[in-house]
Amino acid sequence: MSEVAVQQPSSGGIMRLWNDKESRSVIVQIIAVAIFFALFFYMGRNAVSNLETLGKDISLDFLGQTASYDISQRLIEYDSRSTHFRAMLVGILNTLLVAFCGIILATVLGFLLGVFRLSKNWLTNKLAYVYIEYVRNVPVLLHILMVHGVIIHTLPVPKNAISVSDSVFLTNRGFFVPKPLFEPMFWIVFGLFVAGILFTIWFRRYAKNVQDLTGKQYPVFWISLGAIIGVPALAFLVLGMPINWDIPELKGFNYKGGMVLRPEFIALWLALSLYTAAFIGEIVRAGITAVNWGQTEAASALGLTRSRTLNLVVIPQALRIIIPPLTSQYLNLTKNSSLAIAVGYMDIVATVGGVTLNQTGREMECMTIVLLLYLTFSLIISTFMNWYNKRIKLVER
Amino acid sequence: MKLLKIAAYTTALFSLTAMNAQAGTLEDVQARGELNCVVSTGIAGFAAPNEDGRWEGFDIDFCRAVAAAVLGDGEKVKFVPATTKNRFTVLNSGEGDILFRNTTETMSRDADLKLTFLPVNYYDGQGFMIRKELGVESAKDLDGASICIQTGTTTELNLADFFRTNGISYEPVAIETNEEGIANYGGNRCDVYTTDASGLASTRAALEDPSAHIILPEIISKEPLGGAVRHGDDQWADIGKWVVNAIIAAEELGITSENVEELAAAPQENPNINRLLGTESDMGAMIGLDPQWAVRAIKAVGNYAEIFDRTIGPDTAIGLERGLNAQWTDGGILYAAPIR
Amino acid sequence: MTDTVQNYKPGEHPSLPPPSNTVGPIAWIRENLFSSPTNIVLTLVCAWLLYKVVPGSLNWMFFDAAFTGEDRNACKAVADGACWAFIGERLALFTYGFYPAEQRWRVNLSFILLIAAIIPVLFDNIPFRKYGLIYSALFPFIAGWLLIGGFGLEPVPTSEFGGLMLTLVIGVTGIAFSLPIGILLALGRVSNLPLIKMICVGFIEFIRGVPLITLLFIASTMLSYFLPPGTNFDLLLRVLIMVTIFAAAYMAEVIRGGLQAIPKGQFEGADSLGLKYWQTMRLIILPQALKISIPGIVNTFIGLFKDTTLVVIIGLLDPLGIGRASLADTKWTGLSTEVYLFVALFFFVSCFAMSRYSLYLESKLDTGHKR
Repeated sequence: MSEVAVQQPSSGGIMRLWNDKESRSVIVQIIAVAIFFALFFYMGRNAVSNLETLGKDISLDFLGQTASYDISQRLIEYDSRSTHFRAMLVGILNTLLVAFCGIILATVLGFLLGVFRLSKNWLTNKLAYVYIEYVRNVPVLLHILMVHGVIIHTLPVPKNAISVSDSVFLTNRGFFVPKPLFEPMFWIVFGLFVAGILFTIWFRRYAKNVQDLTGKQYPVFWISLGAIIGVPALAFLVLGMPINWDIPELKGFNYKGGMVLRPEFIALWLALSLYTAAFIGEIVRAGITAVNWGQTEAASALGLTRSRTLNLVVIPQALRIIIPPLTSQYLNLTKNSSLAIAVGYMDIVATVGGVTLNQTGREMECMTIVLLLYLTFSLIISTFMNWYNKRIKLVER
Repeated sequence: MKLLKIAAYTTALFSLTAMNAQAGTLEDVQARGELNCVVSTGIAGFAAPNEDGRWEGFDIDFCRAVAAAVLGDGEKVKFVPATTKNRFTVLNSGEGDILFRNTTETMSRDADLKLTFLPVNYYDGQGFMIRKELGVESAKDLDGASICIQTGTTTELNLADFFRTNGISYEPVAIETNEEGIANYGGNRCDVYTTDASGLASTRAALEDPSAHIILPEIISKEPLGGAVRHGDDQWADIGKWVVNAIIAAEELGITSENVEELAAAPQENPNINRLLGTESDMGAMIGLDPQWAVRAIKAVGNYAEIFDRTIGPDTAIGLERGLNAQWTDGGILYAAPIR
Repeated sequence: MTDTVQNYKPGEHPSLPPPSNTVGPIAWIRENLFSSPTNIVLTLVCAWLLYKVVPGSLNWMFFDAAFTGEDRNACKAVADGACWAFIGERLALFTYGFYPAEQRWRVNLSFILLIAAIIPVLFDNIPFRKYGLIYSALFPFIAGWLLIGGFGLEPVPTSEFGGLMLTLVIGVTGIAFSLPIGILLALGRVSNLPLIKMICVGFIEFIRGVPLITLLFIASTMLSYFLPPGTNFDLLLRVLIMVTIFAAAYMAEVIRGGLQAIPKGQFEGADSLGLKYWQTMRLIILPQALKISIPGIVNTFIGLFKDTTLVVIIGLLDPLGIGRASLADTKWTGLSTEVYLFVALFFFVSCFAMSRYSLYLESKLDTGHKR
């Protein structure tokens, strides 16, 4: 810098600096960062002085106070005497629950839709098309409200519940299903199930090795099925079915006992899945069509059966195209779950960012927590999907 | 280096603007020529826009009274509709100057949420509404019921306490607004709707067949509803406080919107009236207003009885009785502090 | 047989008609609906679904519906189906919100101007397109002036905006401003100035990592804390800012995709011609990059347009909000399906049109330079 100044001591120094590519980029960046920090500082300063005027401070102590409100759908023990922190945990788990269930259902439905869109059957194809176009072009909030409305208005009140074999009851207060009560012996069955999964993982590897070395093929699918399902099922029967069901019963206003899925959860879950499935369907279709037809032809030339062509040639290649946009759909679904508030499902936004914020008046702290939580979820999902994407990436030899 | 200096100066400049001392709310409102009043998004009788989009209701009239006292015109109010969720934030962030929104005064709201409450203008309590056909007669029979409840309210906390104390269970159905409440209760998603008894009356009036629903006799909480302002501006709090007191005192003293101008024209026999209407001593100056402040407020919306009868009284669709809200001289507990 | 005269030369046998079972509707049906057992099952399942859903819905929506009536009971007295009278009665509310009745010509005028502003953007073969585009760029400001008032028009507070008009205000503002901001962010993200890149990446990833609803909550509850005491700016304006930066972050990612698809040779070519950074971008890179990203850009627009419904959660009255508020009216309780379908129809028509247009553009701009 000083060198330049010596060469041109007049006001041209700045111009000179400006015309030099290197120094210009430094200058531009310094200005940008200065503006950025000035803005940041300015807003922070305002916030501090505004809070001071109101006599508020910033602290997270409120998380330890009693929440005093009830939450109907919860995965962990919680009552109105629990703390705000626990209420937040309930909210986090509820968000994760609906996001997890939603991602699974949306993926299944989405792949089905994608396959239907490629189907040669004209009727199926067009139906899938109409469905996808309708769902994609209507806001997700509207879908949530509609599904919620349908559940509330078309399903009966508990007294006239639709019952399936007197153990599952569908009402507009929720779906009541029997709750399994495990006897100690059941854990043996469960242990066998886990062992079955572990065995399968090992066996698949072993079978692949054997095939690579000798060309001998094992019926991997059937053996795996037997290990995971067959053995535990046999044990279950031999041990005399060590499981009891807590069947819901109509008592007073509502069914008691069993497990319950609240209409709010069902509405949110279904609506998010149906909505995201339409997008996934299009992604899957695009992914499969993008695989060169020559690949399929080459596979048949090698004498692979149709299902083997799909499994070994088309799908692995399509997945590489499908995964990145699929990731962003999963992220969207998770973020859209924040619309839970429209139907009163107690997720993060409704607990920490809603009732807790309201009872304690800690807007800053609560909204910051909510933002950080969503950022964390986004980060986790995209990290996982990136890892998966890397794993299936084309390895060029 | 020069640039860094420039950056530093910019930063300093920004922070200077931020340090501008905050003027008092009264000066702000007068400079703006408009009062920002935080109200509900719609509770029939308390605060709701009518067919022409003009806001009407019990809470609205108190906003107009304050505007009349401060600005001389009850129409110079901008209503800021807020949900139960964001009402305090709207007030605390300075978006609203004063809040009249069916708000219960509680210790934690006063101390922790940094609000200053104005005198109670409606004594309420939380009740339950339920379908007649269910044959429930007491709130203690509500074991296992689904209950629609507005989140972020004191009623939510009372409900949890009530059921806990009585050892019975319930399923809370969280709703955001009264409209959602009507939709959910009307659609039979919940057996019971709970909120302040006044709100229940208003909601019941909005249902398809009001006679098919009853309000249970139990009142499970005390809900003194009143206006509120931000902590830290005592003069502004005083204005709000004494406008409410003036409205209540006007009924006691027999001053109405009809006769207020006449009574204020010349000093009367009753020194209480004279003090209120500024014909004897200048009470207005103590809160930074002129002597005519109360005259304008009463002229704009009338006294407490007029407001009550016009908006939520027995002759309206809401049909609430005065009950606790009668003057202390009539067996109620409405008791305005003396203006002297 | 043998005595038939062969009246064509050898090797020039005229084409025979195709076998009768490969043409005509029957063959089509066989080919497309019943070609294999799986197909037959699929066809039957679909037909059953259609049979279950379509007649009932059509009856409910049209044949059994009541189009006039004073209130819900009047509707139910006439027909068992939908009660469209409700929508009819509230149509003005759905369109204008609480905009003062005597000022509604301003909204109508803006609608017309909006259509006039869209035409030069959509079609490139109209005369004077250049001026048309300048007008389109100015449109948001003209409409803003018309709707808000001031400068000779009676001011209308934004709290009275509502209905379709509010949706369009948010949608058009978001679309108009998110594109330029998105381009800047994308350029920042691929720039080789590390600090600028860092700021842009941080901003984009932050916005994309959180749901829009939390940003709207911040706009409605927290934003005032970050402004000097006493500043009080309009809720709608705050929402517009949030929606715009939200869409801009997504837009930036779409455009970045386009920028990265531009081969390095283009940059080097521009450098060798001695073009400066902005010239390079304006004349060489952006025209190509934007062209590649058009489908993505339109998809972002569609997403933004649909996201405008979220404002109902912070208390603005878009069509959904108006509908929900109207449902609280004693006269019309319980007609939520009608409201939802009506709003859904509006969004479907707008968004479907946009996505069709994007397909059309894609095929038109496909000049065969795919890599």
